[in-house]
Amino acid sequence: MALDASFVGRRYPAAAGYQVGREKIREFAEAIGDDNALYRDPDAARAAGYADLIAPPTFAMILFLRAQEELINDPKLGLDYRRMVHGSQSFTYHRPITAGDELSVTLHVDGIRTMGGNDMLTVRCEVTDSAGDPVTTARAMLVVRGPDQ
Amino acid sequence: MSQHRCAEVGAVAEGDELAPLQVRLTRADLVRYAGASGDFNPIHWSDRAARAAGLPEVIAHGMLTMALATRLVTTWIGDPGALMDCAVRFTRPVVVPDDTDGALIELSGKVTKRRDDGTLVVAITARAAGQTVLGNATATIAPSPPHKDISG
Repeated sequence: MALDASFVGRRYPAAAGYQVGREKIREFAEAIGDDNALYRDPDAARAAGYADLIAPPTFAMILFLRAQEELINDPKLGLDYRRMVHGSQSFTYHRPITAGDELSVTLHVDGIRTMGGNDMLTVRCEVTDSAGDPVTTARAMLVVRGPDQ
Repeated sequence: MSQHRCAEVGAVAEGDELAPLQVRLTRADLVRYAGASGDFNPIHWSDRAARAAGLPEVIAHGMLTMALATRLVTTWIGDPGALMDCAVRFTRPVVVPDDTDGALIELSGKVTKRRDDGTLVVAITARAAGQTVLGNATATIAPSPPHKDISG
């Protein structure tokens, strides 16, 4: 089933903000096996010039997953989650995510196209802090495989 | 960690290689990553769900492979705050058998560009079972971490 192309241009602001906690950063660093002190030791982070622990580069995916939930579960979009695979991912860092941040996130649907029987959905996530300043821009291309031949 | 660091970013040249990284992923690692990231897609923990999606068995989260690719770079530069951007394409799934060996991910990287202002571009290679699993994997590194005055 083809995706509804009228979704291009839609925005999905997350209803609730996300508070970045030290323990969540440590848990995430542990899960990716990264022992960098700036993810674990607030004194080391402060000595390096940061206000508190900073988060690993792919930490923003936590916010991305939350933000995309409403979109991919919208029955009108026509996305079969079971056939969806992650095609590509990128992040642009305006500054590191830091423990204590109150982040907001808005998901944008940037493109929908069909190629070789598969649907490609391009989404962008803008993460901002409580001052409204940009923190991370994350882009993903999601591929929904067409029916098996 | 510090022994893998590049001595001085100023001394880095195009063609320099990053210290390689090998990481073994078992099913337990996938469950841990699922919990930490909130990605509970069952293809990453249920063989039944993986087969229903046309996969041979459970596969690793693509974002876990990307996390390891960025870990290769941030370990090398020491301060992750110097990362300006990173990007990957997921070209092949990483199949993780339900045994104690799991899957071995082999990561390597090379400096492909050094701009006049000292900004570095690194190309990353990730392999599992002898095949590349990421395409066009790159990271851009600022000459010095530019975000230091954020506490005010």
